[in-house]
Amino acid sequence: MSTDWPRVRLHVVTGKGGTGKTTVAASLALALASHGRHVLLCEVEGRQGIARMFDVEPLPYEERRLATGLASDGQSAGTVHALSIDPEAALLEYLAMYYKLGRAGRALDRFGVVEFATTIAPGVRDVLLTGKVFEAVQRNSRNKGARQYDAVVLDAPPTGRIGQFLNVSDELAGLAKVGPIKHQADTMMTLFRSPRTAVHLVTLLEEMPVQETADGIDHLREAGLPVGGVVVNLVRPRDLKVKDLAAARKGTLDRGAIAADLSGAGVEVDDALLDGLLTEARDHAERRALEDSQRKLVKGLGVPSYELPRLAGGVDLGGLYELAQSLKDQGLA
Amino acid sequence: MTRSHPRVGPLAARSTPTKVLDVDALLDDTGTGIIVCCGSGGVGKTTTSAALALRAAERGRKVVVLTIDPARRLAQSMGIEALDNTPRPVSGVEGAGGPGGHGGSLDAMMLDMKRTFDEVVESQASPEKAKQILENPFYIALSSSFAGTQEYMAMEKLGQLQRDAQQTGDYDLIVVDTPPSRSALDFLDAPERLSSFLDGRFVRLLLAPARGPARIMTAGLGLVTGALSKILGGQLITDLQTFVAALDTVFGGFRARAQQTYALLQADGTAFLVVAAPESDALREAAYFVERLGEERMPLAGLVVNRATPAPAGRLSADEAMAAAERLQRTGKGSLTAGLLRLHADRARMRDREAVLRDRFAAAHPQVPTVVVPALAGDVHDLEGLRKVGNMLAAG
Repeated sequence: MSTDWPRVRLHVVTGKGGTGKTTVAASLALALASHGRHVLLCEVEGRQGIARMFDVEPLPYEERRLATGLASDGQSAGTVHALSIDPEAALLEYLAMYYKLGRAGRALDRFGVVEFATTIAPGVRDVLLTGKVFEAVQRNSRNKGARQYDAVVLDAPPTGRIGQFLNVSDELAGLAKVGPIKHQADTMMTLFRSPRTAVHLVTLLEEMPVQETADGIDHLREAGLPVGGVVVNLVRPRDLKVKDLAAARKGTLDRGAIAADLSGAGVEVDDALLDGLLTEARDHAERRALEDSQRKLVKGLGVPSYELPRLAGGVDLGGLYELAQSLKDQGLA
Repeated sequence: MTRSHPRVGPLAARSTPTKVLDVDALLDDTGTGIIVCCGSGGVGKTTTSAALALRAAERGRKVVVLTIDPARRLAQSMGIEALDNTPRPVSGVEGAGGPGGHGGSLDAMMLDMKRTFDEVVESQASPEKAKQILENPFYIALSSSFAGTQEYMAMEKLGQLQRDAQQTGDYDLIVVDTPPSRSALDFLDAPERLSSFLDGRFVRLLLAPARGPARIMTAGLGLVTGALSKILGGQLITDLQTFVAALDTVFGGFRARAQQTYALLQADGTAFLVVAAPESDALREAAYFVERLGEERMPLAGLVVNRATPAPAGRLSADEAMAAAERLQRTGKGSLTAGLLRLHADRARMRDREAVLRDRFAAAHPQVPTVVVPALAGDVHDLEGLRKVGNMLAAG
């Protein structure tokens, strides 16, 4: 199975709140971790969404083995590690790594500077968060003892903030025009703007999320950030044919024939059941009409799109693998 | 591909009786002066706020609704396309004005976070000082993207609206939508966070030189500023010091306002509605919120569960429906009916799962009156749609 994104090492997953960003990021990580490849799944907002999704203890600021990847094509699966990046820990690590600030680093913490830097100056906060992601992507054999990954998946901030979040050097420009942190931000931008990065947007087939996705794509393009695919999540089942959908909307489905089918299948038929089924069919047809009109808009965005079904039982670990397989079949991974 | 993992069982059928939230009683109670809708992102807070505001107006209240980020078409239909921080009358409210009207009215406004912040600074500082603050790069960063600024400004605007309303009598009910916070806590914590930030040791430290006596100067300070200059550059430290010094002079006013707003939120006339969707994440956030409101002694009116799967009709269970669909499929006939049965099973499973989630919430928070709003098949983007949502909110 070939992927649409063979060169991408950093998959950034964003989307409007409530669209299932974390679910998609997790499934994508599992899908990428097939064929013996190793993947790091990061979150940056301290929500512990990954831990909840995989039903494990809250993640520390430390790479932890989370799951085995998707086994497919008869090849052995790889692994997914997870990391919850917290800005304060990232700042201390950054200081220790680049400035050998052991004692001074701790002094900074004691004076509340770390909290200060990570809350007041959002630019600095984002540089720290994305800096850790950058470090994980750029790792190579020179970093002794550090685990290397074939791909990194970032469960990123929502669409409204993603451009700003990744566009670290612009965001910093107002605060730090020169200096090491500015230099660091510029280096990171080179990766984020390169074809080794792709920003995927998760949406639902509803008006507002689709609109926000379109706006998000515009912003990313303006900022010179590489737009990946659009992942349409929670797609309703498609159990009815187009002509039946039209009839369901108009209320012209053949009630008698349906009653006969039901009896034939051993179902006890009464008016309540028939009315209920027809109402459900009409609701479903209306919803499908909305989805179809929004799907057209998604197709018009000019980027590859992928669809994931809504699982009636909710997303558990098994469901994640199911979604991962679907993403792989469609070529996102 | 659409194979699912049903979690149906004896638990799914059990339903803890919960108190039903009486929305109309809440809206009609003239003692209710403020309704705050809060909850995690993507659960329909904005639509709920707008629907409540419209319903209250059509029941005779003089309402203003403060929204944060409405869908474009909804904003258009309410006449608030421009983000100008000014309440605008919404036209098309039934029964408003004219002879025989009930005197209700609806105004709507969209929050302009930066402008609200600027206004606070301008009202607190001398023009010269204000200019100094407004032009500082740290202020610009803080006022446009500080985590929590939007929350803080929503509350600030609420305070302003409430003071104005008391003076002019233009409104007797303010409905507030809250920003889609990263965490439910942000919006309650924002004022506190800003205060504690300005009270922080580091900020005191930065102010120390300006204050003369160097008694706070410790061996640590050299290390700190040294390290900071190394990382950020010297100019940045100077900007920062200017900013903190300038802000410090208006700080008393800031704090007083934050405390005023906090007290307003705790007052009897305020009602919090926690909005959620029947998903585990959203309900977990809602539970957190309910607990937090309790701790802060904020008056919780109830829980709104949006986007619930409508109850499937008839007594046919998901498993029976699936079995019947398979039998039909085998005969090769009745593909429409088989499709209908699968849809029915899908809905029944969703419904069962949602019921389990809501029961868990109710078991942990039995005292919270709840209203469940079924999902609409389409989007809401006009007053008619809002009215429909309002009816469903009131129907319980």
